[in-house]
Amino acid sequence: MTSTTSPVIKCENISVIRGSATILQQVSLHANRGELVAILGPNGAGKSTLLGVLAGDLEPDSGSVHFGNRQISQLDNRELARTRAVLPQRVNISFPYSVEEVVEMGRGPKLGADDQNLVESAMLRLDVSAMRNRLYRSLSIGEQARVSMARILAQDTQLLLLDEPTAVLDIGQQEKLMRIVRSLVDEGRTVIAVFHDLNVAMSFADRVILLQNGKQVASGAPRETLTASTLSSIYEHRIDVIKVNDDTGPIVIPSPRSRD
Amino acid sequence: MNDLRRLNPKIVAVALTIALIIVVINALSTGAYTIPFSELLKVLFQGPATNAGTDSVSHAIFWNVRLPRVILAIVVGASLAVAGVVMQGVFRNPLAEPATVGVSGGAAVGAVIAITLGLSRITLGVQVFAFIGGTLATAVVYGLSRVDGKTDIVTLILTGIAINALSGALIGLAVFIADDDQIRTVTFWSLGSLGLATWRAVAMVLPLAIVGIALSTKFSRTLDLMALGDRSAEHVGVPVERVRLQTIAIVGLLASSAVAATGIIAFVGLIVPHILRLVLGPKHRDLLWSSALLGAIVTLLADLAARTLLSPAELPLGVLTALIGAPFFLWLLRKMRSSESTWT
Repeated sequence: MTSTTSPVIKCENISVIRGSATILQQVSLHANRGELVAILGPNGAGKSTLLGVLAGDLEPDSGSVHFGNRQISQLDNRELARTRAVLPQRVNISFPYSVEEVVEMGRGPKLGADDQNLVESAMLRLDVSAMRNRLYRSLSIGEQARVSMARILAQDTQLLLLDEPTAVLDIGQQEKLMRIVRSLVDEGRTVIAVFHDLNVAMSFADRVILLQNGKQVASGAPRETLTASTLSSIYEHRIDVIKVNDDTGPIVIPSPRSRD
Repeated sequence: MNDLRRLNPKIVAVALTIALIIVVINALSTGAYTIPFSELLKVLFQGPATNAGTDSVSHAIFWNVRLPRVILAIVVGASLAVAGVVMQGVFRNPLAEPATVGVSGGAAVGAVIAITLGLSRITLGVQVFAFIGGTLATAVVYGLSRVDGKTDIVTLILTGIAINALSGALIGLAVFIADDDQIRTVTFWSLGSLGLATWRAVAMVLPLAIVGIALSTKFSRTLDLMALGDRSAEHVGVPVERVRLQTIAIVGLLASSAVAATGIIAFVGLIVPHILRLVLGPKHRDLLWSSALLGAIVTLLADLAARTLLSPAELPLGVLTALIGAPFFLWLLRKMRSSESTWT
């Protein structure tokens, strides 16, 4: 476990080049304990690639990634699995495994005595205990997303990397899932997530990083960073940021057609 | 709500063991010459040695013909079924099977090449070649059928067709240059039979089967995790590339040694795991052991049918399992096409 002062994860000057295309260029990012960092940007900005680099799935062409004070390349699969959990956009599970079996997969190759507790509490937290004996395949997409999240949680890592966790959820499910994620962060975990929905980032993230064409164009607290002018320029469309009241954060919406 | 209609794996294991014992007794007793149950016990306790008082026909048939054949059927059936389970797990696809994807064909080619080169006189010569052929075929199939870390089923089946066609051609070529004696042996490899079961064959296959099956069980948890897909399996700590190489070597070992002893016996590795997955669910820990048992039972029954249906003539066992297995394979294919989610 890292000390409270040094970041849980830190990457510096990450560049990823594929053929003649630069997917990521000199991107730096860090996340501390108890922090939710959102990676935002238009399609093709390099968000998922960045998450892949942070997860250890792909090696950057230059730059470094550190978990605490250890470089990512020094960690083998098992150590990585104890350090970070990754929620992909969608998981297709072959063969008819039950929900409980899928969540248990989060515990990895070696099952120990206290694993069942972690599995149970993860299922409880994501409210999937009641469906433990159903087949993962027979679930709705929203339910599958919750089960996958429970699997990630059962992995019991300090760092959670989530790739568009709310993409397939309706607004109610999205809110429920994000509140769970937020409560995990408030308990001290670190979450880095890719979001398409800027409003989710606005209301739940501690910090945001905006990518455009592989470059980091802005970063900071959501209310300061997600401004109408920045977003309009990045998404190449006029976008308004409207303050509703003092309780909820501002909301991001595309400008009405009459003002285009 | 509960989708799980699964049976207790322990009960299934006990039931399968009892069934195996019953089938074994029947297989030992039934044939061109019937050995009654009471006689079976008598010759069993007389031991294999021949001396005064044990020179009965029953004794000779039991020790020299039936028992090695029954043991070989058990070993080969268990090996093929376990190879099927492991292969399906690592390919993430229930249609993978040593014979359909060409591993058995590759092993048969290896064996046939060894025979035509006159290597059958060397101890384990044929087996080693069968192993090389089978493992090579496994590697080729796996390498060609994967797209973006996923096994593409269409490519998998097509690769299997190509490898089987190539095996057929190479075996045909071997037949062309072989002498009459060798042709008989070569035909034996391509049709599959337990007719040549000897203690020597048992002694060669049994250790490999035990090693292969024991190693497979070490991977039962990992194979469960492979169901998540390569990327997610890696995320929970599975060294996917290494596991893939190791499990493919195990499949090569099991399928090739089975083929080396009996030729190609198709579809045991397909039908058995499929039935058991319906009964037990997909967890490999339960699936592997029960598949070994049911694989043995199915092969014993098939062999019993092969040597009694047209008695005194004997049907090639591989032909029989293919006659039953191929329609089953088609049914499974159709069933899977109707539910898109089960493709991968």
